[in-house]
Amino acid sequence: MTTAADLPQITKLDTGRERQARIAGAVLVALSVLVLFIFAPGATGSATFRLSRPTDALPLPDLAVPSSPFLYIAAAFLAFLGARQFIRGGGRWTALSLGLGFGIAVMALLVWAATGKAFSLTGMLQATMVRAVPIALGGLAGVLSERVAVVNIAIEGMLLAGAFTGALVGSLMGGVSGLVAAVAIGGLFGFILAALVVTYRMDQIIAGVVINLFVLGLTSYVSSQVFQQYRSLNDAPVFRAVKIPLLGDIPVIGPMLFQQNIFVYGALIMVAVATYYLFYTRYGLRARAVGEHPRAADTLGIDVHRTRYINVTVAGMVAGFGGAWFTLGAVGRFDEGMTGGRGFIGLAAMIFGRWHPVGALAAALVFGFADSLQQKLALLQTPIPSEFLAMAPYIATIVVVAGLIGRARAPAADGQPYVKE
Amino acid sequence: MSGRDMKALLERPVWGRSEVEDLVIVPLFAVIVALVLGALTMLATNVDIATIGHSYIALARGSLGSLNALSETLTAAIPLVLAGLGLALGFRAGLFNIGAEGQLLMGGMAAVIAGFALSGLPAAIHLPLALLVGALAGALYASIAGWLRAATGAHEVISTIMLNLISYRLLDYMLRMPAIQKEGRADPISRSVPEAAELPRLLSFIDPNLRLHAGVFLMLAMVALVWWVLFRSRIGFEFRASGESADAARYAGIRAGLVIVLAMGTAGALAGLAGANQVLGVLGRATPGFSAGIGFDAIAVALLGRSHPVGVLFAGLLFGALEAGGRQMQVDAGVSIDLIGIIQALIIVFVAAPLLVRAIFPWGFRRPSSGGRRP
Repeated sequence: MTTAADLPQITKLDTGRERQARIAGAVLVALSVLVLFIFAPGATGSATFRLSRPTDALPLPDLAVPSSPFLYIAAAFLAFLGARQFIRGGGRWTALSLGLGFGIAVMALLVWAATGKAFSLTGMLQATMVRAVPIALGGLAGVLSERVAVVNIAIEGMLLAGAFTGALVGSLMGGVSGLVAAVAIGGLFGFILAALVVTYRMDQIIAGVVINLFVLGLTSYVSSQVFQQYRSLNDAPVFRAVKIPLLGDIPVIGPMLFQQNIFVYGALIMVAVATYYLFYTRYGLRARAVGEHPRAADTLGIDVHRTRYINVTVAGMVAGFGGAWFTLGAVGRFDEGMTGGRGFIGLAAMIFGRWHPVGALAAALVFGFADSLQQKLALLQTPIPSEFLAMAPYIATIVVVAGLIGRARAPAADGQPYVKE
Repeated sequence: MSGRDMKALLERPVWGRSEVEDLVIVPLFAVIVALVLGALTMLATNVDIATIGHSYIALARGSLGSLNALSETLTAAIPLVLAGLGLALGFRAGLFNIGAEGQLLMGGMAAVIAGFALSGLPAAIHLPLALLVGALAGALYASIAGWLRAATGAHEVISTIMLNLISYRLLDYMLRMPAIQKEGRADPISRSVPEAAELPRLLSFIDPNLRLHAGVFLMLAMVALVWWVLFRSRIGFEFRASGESADAARYAGIRAGLVIVLAMGTAGALAGLAGANQVLGVLGRATPGFSAGIGFDAIAVALLGRSHPVGVLFAGLLFGALEAGGRQMQVDAGVSIDLIGIIQALIIVFVAAPLLVRAIFPWGFRRPSSGGRRP
């Protein structure tokens, strides 16, 4: 990803772009073929989408989409986007076309799956938000530490530590204490990561892998050694959803954004605060300077090591909060390895979101959407095996990450230790 | 003294004090400190001191104390070393491949299919064929990430993580396919591998329960092969050059894209071989999650072995011993095997951060002249 080295060979850089555009075009055309030949032939009747639930204050009528015409139009549009990419692709259109194309393909999938049935859009959007929370917080933790050039593979471990501590302290002293403890333990592991990579100059990826291994080992050990015997230690209260008056009554968006528990609100607030911090305060500017060119930052009197310590510790706290979601925000008990790779998906969300907090949130929503979509589609009993639906978001990530490169750039000093002269 | 002798003398590796510190003292300290901290962890979770002593004795007995223990240690080490070699090769080429788990699953699955689908062949053809198919499947699966990196610049960390997640689902799906699922079973489990495709057990003439199988020779051969490829072949030089400095390698005319795809492919082949080794030598069939996290432990093994084939061999043996001993510990002393995960992580911390070991044990080390890893 060292584009600077490529600068003398501008022509070569362009062919890379063109190849990306061709790949994107091929993907879009393939999606069009999929919609045309798999989805469209069998679809007769219409798909009904429920936009509100019976209990809502402002009920909306159901949305009925005639399946067959919709699918043919979608296929045509996808084919148009793909052909356009092939012929005059490249530049800023690639990402936009891909995004648009995936959106249309997902809509086509929904219409096809819901043909002749009713489908609750509100419920799915609400589930999307809930499932996006740990990924968004993991991605945000990644953004905060990579902006100061510390690669954070340890997010998974921090999430797991937060989940474990949340359950343990939550069972003993109540939910709020559990949440505080989870944030604190996340911060502790952030601090340990910073100490290992900044002070002891350990390889950043090794340090992250080690923290993951250590947390997985420790939490699994305590869980099987202690929690098996004393079940009361693993029985934490769960934060219930709090409805925000008025805003919660907005149809469709209300239940998604304003009838959620503290973790959803916390994630949204943290993303806003992190964006403000990184891009509109002098401390954020300093942090980014440390990530891009630590020596220059040092020359200007910024304490590189201190900045890295603070930011990575805060990143750990964010991940600890996200980890508490698994226990205090969802099921109330800890299970071995319950984060199930969400931290790594958060890392993907960070790259997908171009090292920006809002981008990471948006990417996390995509993952959350795919996750809840898969669950709902399994209920609708489509002929596609549920395993393939479950794979779809990961395949989409690969395609998008492959298609985005060139515009998404990691902080310049990412992954490098800084030795003061 | 002839010129040849002089040359040999000059090239003789002289073990300076710092190398001894790096290669012997630091790992030794790491293991001891990790065991002490493991004991403290047990103490903190209300395990009494007698049991702690008992469990460490069981750990030693279960890993080295008997023929069966040695057999178990080696059996556990084989896939770790094989997959670890692949990852080490990737690290040398500057690729951080997290995808060994998925490549291992794909390789194992392909080897199982080749195992039961081609029944009737003589063992001399069938077994090598099944191993080869496993290695090829792993190589192909890894090449996806390599090709994406080379063609579009998609970071291999992300694509291999995604390929891991995809491989779990793919495995679940394949294990339920009528052609693969065992007859009469509702749960996802594959047909069994016929004897002709199994890696023969080496010590069954002493006791049929000794699980050590011919994969151990495969492991040693691969250690030698990877060493040769990395340090004696042209492509290995290109791998290492690309890993040291991608820009310099490109200016020297090394085709970066080809190196990436080849390095990923080779790493995948070795991981696939590790998977084939598990299904053909130990399990005899494929089940969901038959990889049991070996692909992730292998990352630790490669890091611990400093990405050197011989180092990987020793690291794999150490982890295999901990694994085998940990099982004994769980049976004898009732201490959860998850403790081993903590000990493994601590060992890597101390090995990977020599500065930390020096800070904890200031005596026993020469004062670092510049603070770097190799003063």
